[in-house]
Amino acid sequence: MNSKMSDRRGFLKGSAALAGLAVGSIPFANGKALASVTPALINGGNGAAPLPTNLGVTPDEPTIQDLLYGGRSKYETSVRSHSVNGPTGTRNLTPLQDTIGVITPSSFHFLVLRDQHLPNINPREHTLMIYGMVDRPTVFTMEEIKRLPSVSRVHWLECTGNSGMMHYRAYLQNLKAGRKDDMTLIQAMHGRTSCSEWTGVPLSLLLKEVGVQKGASWLVSEGNDLSRHAKSMPLAKAMDDVFVAYGQNGEALRREQGYPLRMLVPGSQGVNNVKYLKSIKLVDKPYYIQSEISGYTNPKPNGQASWYETQQGPKSLITFPSDPHKLPGPGLYEISGIAWCGRGKIARVEVSTDNGRTWKDANLQQPVMTKAWTRFRLGWNWDGTETVIMSRCTDESGAVQPTMMELARFWGDQVEPHIPASEIEHWWANSSIAQEFLNPQILPWRVKPDGSIHDALYNTLLPNPYFPV
Amino acid sequence: MRCTTPYCRIRISRSKSYFLLPVMALLACGTAMAQLPTYKVGRPATEAEMRPWDAVVGSDGKELPPGSGSAKEGAALFAAQCSFCHGKDGQGGVIVPTSFGFTYSRLVGGVGTINSPTGIKTVGSYMPYATTIWDFINRAMPPFPLEKNLTPDNVYAAVAFILYKNGIIKETDVMDKNSLLEVQMPNRHGFYPDPPQEKPGKDGYWLPRWELAAKPAAK
Repeated sequence: MNSKMSDRRGFLKGSAALAGLAVGSIPFANGKALASVTPALINGGNGAAPLPTNLGVTPDEPTIQDLLYGGRSKYETSVRSHSVNGPTGTRNLTPLQDTIGVITPSSFHFLVLRDQHLPNINPREHTLMIYGMVDRPTVFTMEEIKRLPSVSRVHWLECTGNSGMMHYRAYLQNLKAGRKDDMTLIQAMHGRTSCSEWTGVPLSLLLKEVGVQKGASWLVSEGNDLSRHAKSMPLAKAMDDVFVAYGQNGEALRREQGYPLRMLVPGSQGVNNVKYLKSIKLVDKPYYIQSEISGYTNPKPNGQASWYETQQGPKSLITFPSDPHKLPGPGLYEISGIAWCGRGKIARVEVSTDNGRTWKDANLQQPVMTKAWTRFRLGWNWDGTETVIMSRCTDESGAVQPTMMELARFWGDQVEPHIPASEIEHWWANSSIAQEFLNPQILPWRVKPDGSIHDALYNTLLPNPYFPV
Repeated sequence: MRCTTPYCRIRISRSKSYFLLPVMALLACGTAMAQLPTYKVGRPATEAEMRPWDAVVGSDGKELPPGSGSAKEGAALFAAQCSFCHGKDGQGGVIVPTSFGFTYSRLVGGVGTINSPTGIKTVGSYMPYATTIWDFINRAMPPFPLEKNLTPDNVYAAVAFILYKNGIIKETDVMDKNSLLEVQMPNRHGFYPDPPQEKPGKDGYWLPRWELAAKPAAK
């Protein structure tokens, strides 16, 4: 232990010396100030040297914030956009058009707040209670949870209503009302998904610690936000790959992502990933909580609704080029996008640049991870004529992302008497209540001769009597 | 027969189970040992912390606390604390500001509209259990920034008022932990009978019904 510590001190001294050297070699306008801040930074700000206040005098000189936590170039301005049907000022949707690779920066990660309250929880006071049908109802502190064996995994989250027709309706209403702001279509329609590396403790481990009793088959997790969001989950899923997460992208969870602790339910609807997690109750049936009945069920045309459909199917989306982009002219471009699914890995992504007539296999970014975004890329020589581009993916079980018409046909066959696809597509696309579920349909973009990119799916369903804009 | 360990899907025929008894006894031992805590962190939860009505309430109402209220009592409460968002008679119409903008402010009416393109989800037209309303009001209402100040009596009264406005109970009916469970919601049978996850597919996983629409990959 002692030798380790002295090693560390030696390392720190060495780093300080190196940093000093580096500082000496860079012609800063105020070299003295930077030299004085370096030891203080290495000592975590607690060293003898006071933090300087005279940094950032000239434009290229780093401010103390640049050095303590950093920031992006002032030329990068992409931000989350406000929900199209939420109040102005609430910004919560991921700018997919600007995402690169498969990790969404925490500052871009979409968020959903049940009300306008953003909890600010002290981790020293936060506890997780596991109770109900267990042998040993237990309260864990955050410190205790962090002592347990942890895992880090990359997983996407997606809001249940992402890509739903209701958002297009709201988007058009916003345009009509002159409320475009810097809202883009891809962000407004599909920005309710993000992908992070999450770190935490497997729920199966915690459940073994408390001893699940015979007969328990579901659990209800509850958050410590003011609306106390709660959600039921099958025990089998909980024992499979669910974990309670305290880390996101190499640091603690962001406040808007449930700091200090959240549920992470890979491959399922976002609503299951309860934030500010404070309790888990083991029970013998789903609990029919408001948030799993009102908003996350699917009424079918026969009046029957299905519920507890939580697993996402194969879904993909071209993020470049997409709605806000404008191609400067004919030539070579790299089509890029994301694919994800709720079961296993993405096995294949195909791209069509001729409105679905021919398809080419895209390159998949490696490694392809389970229940994580998979970035796909394909070179494309645009000849400058109008066309429609789209992607479709296949998961490792062989399931292929369906077209909207295939989905509609399936829904029509689900009910007695069968409903023709033409009718059910109309119903499905326009119902005010049927959109609150995962929308996995193929999402095409129209490329206009002037290089601008437009939606090529939702506007084809207009106009109709059920869709007043 | 079926192994009772919840995470085990092995099926053994009844006739052969006799021969497997010694093996099963061993397995049971192993299971019991595996259920002992390994890391021994955390402290026992206290009764007060597990106070059932402070947490989620399920459809069998086990956690419902003592207390009662009627629509008559609920009317004044509703007017004072709920009508701002939900309308004087629960008819809704006010956009409730949430970050995702959905408003479920309408509580009354819409019965029989769920199978139409302009369907209206309300307590009366959609909710299958009255306990769901009790649970939601108790935990989430009134929303931030208003103060959460409802007693169990208040919640029973508010639920009674909403059920009365939906024509489900009478104005004088008293709601308590027993009578609430007897309320027959109009849409009680409006859902598929079983959550799909209770019947996992042949690979052991539950599938959303629509995923079956995805066609197999072309060879």
